[in-house]
Amino acid sequence: MEHFDLSLVNWSRAQFALTAMYHWVFVPLTLGLAFIIAFMETLYVKTGDEEWKRITKFWMTLFGINFAIGVATGIILEFEFGTNWSNYSWFVGDIFGAPLAIEGIMAFFMESTFIAVMFFGWNKVSKKFHLVSTWLVAVGANLSALWILVANGWMQYPAGMYFNPDTARNEMHNFWEVLFSPVAINKFLHTITSGYVLAAIFVIGVSAWYLLKGRNILLAKRSIIVAAVFGLVTSIFLALTGDGSAYQVAQKQPMKLAAMEGLYEGQEGAPLVVVGALTPGKQHDDDKDPYIFRIQIPKMLSFLGYRSGDAFVPGVKDIVEGGYTYVDKNGVEKVALSAEQKIERGKIAIKALADYTAAKDANDTAAVAYYRAILNDNFEYFGYGYLNNPKSIIPNVPLTFYSFHIMVALGFLFIGFFMLILYLVYFRQFKINKWILRLSILMIPLAYIASQTGWIVAEVGRQPWVIQDILPTVAAVSRIDSSAVQITFFLFFTIFTALLIAELRIMFKQIKIGPKEGGK
Amino acid sequence: MVDTTYIFLQHYWWFIISLLGALLVFLLFVQGGQTLIYTLGKTELERTMLINALGRKWEFTFTTLVTFGGAFFASFPLFYSTSFGGAYWVWMAILFCFIVQAISYEFRSKPNNFLGQRTYEVFLYINGLLGTILLGTAVATFFTGSMFSVDKMNLTNTSNPVISSWETPWHGLEAALNLHNLALGLTVFFLARTLAILYFMNHVNHNAIFERAKKHLLYNALPFVVLFLVFTIWLMLRDGFAVNPADGTVFMAKYKYLHNFIQMPVVLIVFLVGVLLVLWGIAKSLISNYTKGIWFTGAGTVLAVLALLLIAGWNNTAYYPSTFNLQHSLTIFNSSSSKFTLTVMSFVSLLIPFVVAYIWYAWKSINVKQIDEEEMKSESHVY
Repeated sequence: MEHFDLSLVNWSRAQFALTAMYHWVFVPLTLGLAFIIAFMETLYVKTGDEEWKRITKFWMTLFGINFAIGVATGIILEFEFGTNWSNYSWFVGDIFGAPLAIEGIMAFFMESTFIAVMFFGWNKVSKKFHLVSTWLVAVGANLSALWILVANGWMQYPAGMYFNPDTARNEMHNFWEVLFSPVAINKFLHTITSGYVLAAIFVIGVSAWYLLKGRNILLAKRSIIVAAVFGLVTSIFLALTGDGSAYQVAQKQPMKLAAMEGLYEGQEGAPLVVVGALTPGKQHDDDKDPYIFRIQIPKMLSFLGYRSGDAFVPGVKDIVEGGYTYVDKNGVEKVALSAEQKIERGKIAIKALADYTAAKDANDTAAVAYYRAILNDNFEYFGYGYLNNPKSIIPNVPLTFYSFHIMVALGFLFIGFFMLILYLVYFRQFKINKWILRLSILMIPLAYIASQTGWIVAEVGRQPWVIQDILPTVAAVSRIDSSAVQITFFLFFTIFTALLIAELRIMFKQIKIGPKEGGK
Repeated sequence: MVDTTYIFLQHYWWFIISLLGALLVFLLFVQGGQTLIYTLGKTELERTMLINALGRKWEFTFTTLVTFGGAFFASFPLFYSTSFGGAYWVWMAILFCFIVQAISYEFRSKPNNFLGQRTYEVFLYINGLLGTILLGTAVATFFTGSMFSVDKMNLTNTSNPVISSWETPWHGLEAALNLHNLALGLTVFFLARTLAILYFMNHVNHNAIFERAKKHLLYNALPFVVLFLVFTIWLMLRDGFAVNPADGTVFMAKYKYLHNFIQMPVVLIVFLVGVLLVLWGIAKSLISNYTKGIWFTGAGTVLAVLALLLIAGWNNTAYYPSTFNLQHSLTIFNSSSSKFTLTVMSFVSLLIPFVVAYIWYAWKSINVKQIDEEEMKSESHVY
């Protein structure tokens, strides 16, 4: 690995992380607010109450501000696959490109067409057509998320493809396996529902501010009701899909699961750490206790990961050293190889590809068949061949561990929060304490933190892989100067930060201004 | 063994890419218009009308660009990795132009917008100026070539497995030093402005703006036509990058692009009809108070650009030539996705007419009348 330009790899990762995280500041609100607005407008069309229209239009203004910047930060991500991850683009473009193209054709146009009707059509089209347009914006936005998340899910668990040595790339052979891969489905559902929860919290938080200020009372109360119901339902669903995602991680990315839990030594009946702190500097091969302290639920990790309280959960050390038994994706029980053995097998696969090509050029059919068989036998470890050090298969454990625990804790906090709000609304006739209103505002940044940490778990936890087991991040980059990426990194940083500040200022101002005149 | 279905699919997807590229060039009228706000709008209200006329269309251009990129990735991934990863600076510059555009409409007139209204207008101007010129320049390299190498077997080099390399340290900036490339870049720029003027004449109901637009039509259409002729005649005369269908080798062929037109007469007819429509729309708008010029010039633009892109990739032509090593040039055969993926995507592409239909319907329903001063004052959502 020392041959790789690690500075280039790290700056490329930093740039992708920066742009993805900025994008993800704006997208979840778009995903959720679109539906909340659609509910509100439905109430308007059903009841004919002008106040609902005013409420809809107010949230729509905030939606528009947020949407624009989501678009601005989104375009760069698509093109970065080419500009910064060119090897990746070739190696998996045959599979990865299709969802991206479908996203453009099916989802983006739907979103951008009907968003125009939504904003400019109030006095030009019928009420019903307008309402349908608003719903289509919501559907379009969420469909956009579907395809990119399918692509991401595929990177975590490559399904529906095979390696073609003649073209030296992975090729799709089953579209449905890619689309309906359990990882992709869970990822999609978990990610979009996190957006719904965030949007619900956003609406409640802003409304709480109005209640604190004693203005726009009707708007605030009605918005809180819609958002709290939506939030409670979706946050429960969020927990369920989170469980589904963790189960998939346990099956397909055991190293990620070990990192999420800070589990170094595997065990049967592994407990789930609810709260804990990790020992700094812990290595997989030293004897330090991984935790400074922890509160845990016995057997819970085994149960969540394998649906059996006594199942064996491999730790970081086990996965590096191998030797434990596991059930592979075909349901066959196997003994895990050590990282060193996997690296060796990977190198055999890569060499077989070179020999295969040479044999093909020499028209030596016997040798072609021979090397092809070797390649096929070892392909599942292909990506390991680019690694040299067994330790390099370990992701950043503390970052993954803390991100995961923050995300989960906040997720449960949100469920409790929605329950509390609904309780106060229905059983206490909206008599909400000032400190609860203040707490509601505080929930907004917490929702963003939960959302970002979720992506950190997903993306940091799967390192060193860009495609699980097949292509490590170090082998995916473009051949450009590290300094070039540094320059664009800081350009993106500057411009996105400036745009974020602008967005926040405009948003705060619009909230202060509130809805147009005429309300109660 | 010749797999005709696969070859058909590769041609089909080059057609889709070309069509998306052609639509994109037409839709760049939004960008062209962004460079004319202060030329055509003399009061704040006039400028607001112009910006709102564009603001309801910008997302189409943007979405088409994104879809163009996504479709290119899906159908010809080797182009994606080679060009984007190699000509880094050009593509990054283009992206920056579009990032600053995306927020400018929404943020421009909002109170407390941090950078000030003027800054967002400058963003729009930069997007219109550089976005068009750079896109045109980058696309011109389809005909003029670039310095890159591709070796798929680099994958087996475990310490440096990158398959595509740019062989000059300029990483794409060198394209702007080629006069033929620049000719196309500037052609696109003036075309975008010409289209924008025709769009304003059609869509903004304001006498002073109409008169100014008409005056500026000549100033922009003239350089456009001259530059277009320079680019096209040069293209017809230059050597092209031909592919030997038997073994896939690439060689230089005299008058390749002219021959492509002659050997594909339908494409030539599409091109000529396109050019005539473009000129007709401009000419009629110049000599009378005609407001429908945008339809002719717009449709003509789509046809002409489509034909130009088709001669870059069809008829055994390398659409992304390498001047570093001819044999590394990208063709629709050696750079495409697998047959299976192209088939899946072809089914998806059947949705395109449906998408076009709902776009048309939705737009018709909210564009029943032109933009006027009255609407700018009464509309609740104004940029």
